[in-house]
Amino acid sequence: MSRSSKAKEEFDAAPWQGKTRKYDIIKEGTVALLVVAILTVALSLLLGSPDDTPLTFKGWATTNSDNFYATAVSELAGTSGTATYGPPYNSAADGLNVGPLWLQKWAGVSRPIDTVNDFVIAPLSTQVMSVEIASALATWKAAAQTEQNTWATNYDSAIAKVEGKLSAVPAGNYGPVPALAQGLTDMAKAGGLDAALLSQGGFFQTDNTKQILFFGDGSYLDDAGTAANLQGGTWGMMNETGRYPGQAWLWLYSFWYQIPPFNNEESKPIGANADAYIMVLMGALSLGLILIPLIPGVKTLPMRIPIHRGIWRQYYEENGIKRRKY
Amino acid sequence: MSTPTHEMWTARLRSSWQRNLPIEKLLPDDQPAYVASWIYVFGVATIAALGVIIASGIVLAFQGPAWYHTSDIGNFTNSIHFWSVQMFFAFMVIHLWGKFWMAAWRGNRVRTWITGAVAFVVSIATAFTGYLVQTNFDSQWISFEAKDGFNSVGVGAWFTVTNLGQMLLLHVAFLPLILGVLTLVHVLMVRRRGVVPPIDAVPANLEVRK
Amino acid sequence: MTGWLASFLNHPATYLKWGWFQISISNLIVILIMLALFAAAILIKFPKGRE
Repeated sequence: MSRSSKAKEEFDAAPWQGKTRKYDIIKEGTVALLVVAILTVALSLLLGSPDDTPLTFKGWATTNSDNFYATAVSELAGTSGTATYGPPYNSAADGLNVGPLWLQKWAGVSRPIDTVNDFVIAPLSTQVMSVEIASALATWKAAAQTEQNTWATNYDSAIAKVEGKLSAVPAGNYGPVPALAQGLTDMAKAGGLDAALLSQGGFFQTDNTKQILFFGDGSYLDDAGTAANLQGGTWGMMNETGRYPGQAWLWLYSFWYQIPPFNNEESKPIGANADAYIMVLMGALSLGLILIPLIPGVKTLPMRIPIHRGIWRQYYEENGIKRRKY
Repeated sequence: MSTPTHEMWTARLRSSWQRNLPIEKLLPDDQPAYVASWIYVFGVATIAALGVIIASGIVLAFQGPAWYHTSDIGNFTNSIHFWSVQMFFAFMVIHLWGKFWMAAWRGNRVRTWITGAVAFVVSIATAFTGYLVQTNFDSQWISFEAKDGFNSVGVGAWFTVTNLGQMLLLHVAFLPLILGVLTLVHVLMVRRRGVVPPIDAVPANLEVRK
Repeated sequence: MTGWLASFLNHPATYLKWGWFQISISNLIVILIMLALFAAAILIKFPKGRE
């Protein structure tokens, strides 16, 4: 630090010795509070706030019953998004990595989810059921795991082969899986699945993880997100339902998802691990914002781009202070 | 042997407080003459918006997260909460722009900038958890999408965005507490150091005037 | 008390798109207001107080 900049720093740090003006801090605060309160009341009376009702399993199974049914089969076969997710729900995959850092894997399976039992068998077992479903459940529960897996995988692949068109699925060795999927679809249609997934046989529940994960495994939630323009790949993170303003302050976070290599899942290593890289990148940028006063080149920008001449125009003019060189 | 009074922890805190932040600094009746720009109102405007957020948030907390779906008063309170958050962020960002272009960290004020910037980041987290506890389509969508980001860096193992109970408690208790403390510390730091002098003001300016 | 103009706002939003960039009109308005407030705060003369 040069002598003059050191003197300037000491001057800036010392209590102000120059002219002062009257300033009523409590009055300013009160006026600000009143103005903001009036503005918010006015905006609220005029514009209200966004509140699109939540989607339900009932709605899903009613409007797109084939998709719900196929998703239920994929939960049994272990091919759904949740079943193949990895930590923190299961160890079916390692999750994402940032170079040598496998943080997702290292954090471990802290919220275990068994899609077969948590999503299908347990909710179904809570119901008063037809003889057919009861016997399908009994058959499933009595079978060895390898056999269960064979049935579910066979059926799941058969459905995938005909691209989800259930009526076109040929007969095969599916065991009780079609009956179970039908039972769960009927249960969802009747509105029983929403609560059963949450309660998992208990009384008090405050964790909606299982509901939300199962919900996202099908196309119903995804389609609704696309329709509302909320998809991350199209700046959705900043958007809100309806015509309301969203979280505009997430613009930078949202931005990275729009550009290569982050927007290409096929691109390795960054695109394929975009979530993790962007999280780390935003962490670093946030730290950068916090530490701006210490970053050479950035901390001197305000001296080089003289917006401060406008801010302190009055003071500079009154005291005849010319722009200094930095 | 008893400790001399001035060495007692309490006495040390008291004398340091009195030295650094006497009541005249905490509640001043004047400001340096250069504090004359509309840009200075955005700090207090941010705090005012935070006040409205907390007040409407307390009303919402008393009635629970699903109240506003079915009650007109609830919906209105939720709207106040929503718009005060929009204003809070707008004012805070303008305040941040202003303080950046003033290089307001000069003269031993780096920590003031840091607490402000950390408060900004904590505000984003607080608002985010708010979006998760709306118990509407928004929260379904946001929690399903956002879980991947947090899971991808291991944070999701503890910070579970799909867990309504956890998000609700963080949103109404932990995060506002942190934000409140940060805001308080930030403001006390501003009062202690005073408003940063203009970039082009130097000691010579004072002498010339005398 | 759900907002007198809420029925106008509860419709699918309009998005402005330029290539890979897009933004909702509402977010754009909010950001423009912020920039306008910032510019106004610097350009508009602050009333003189008592010295």
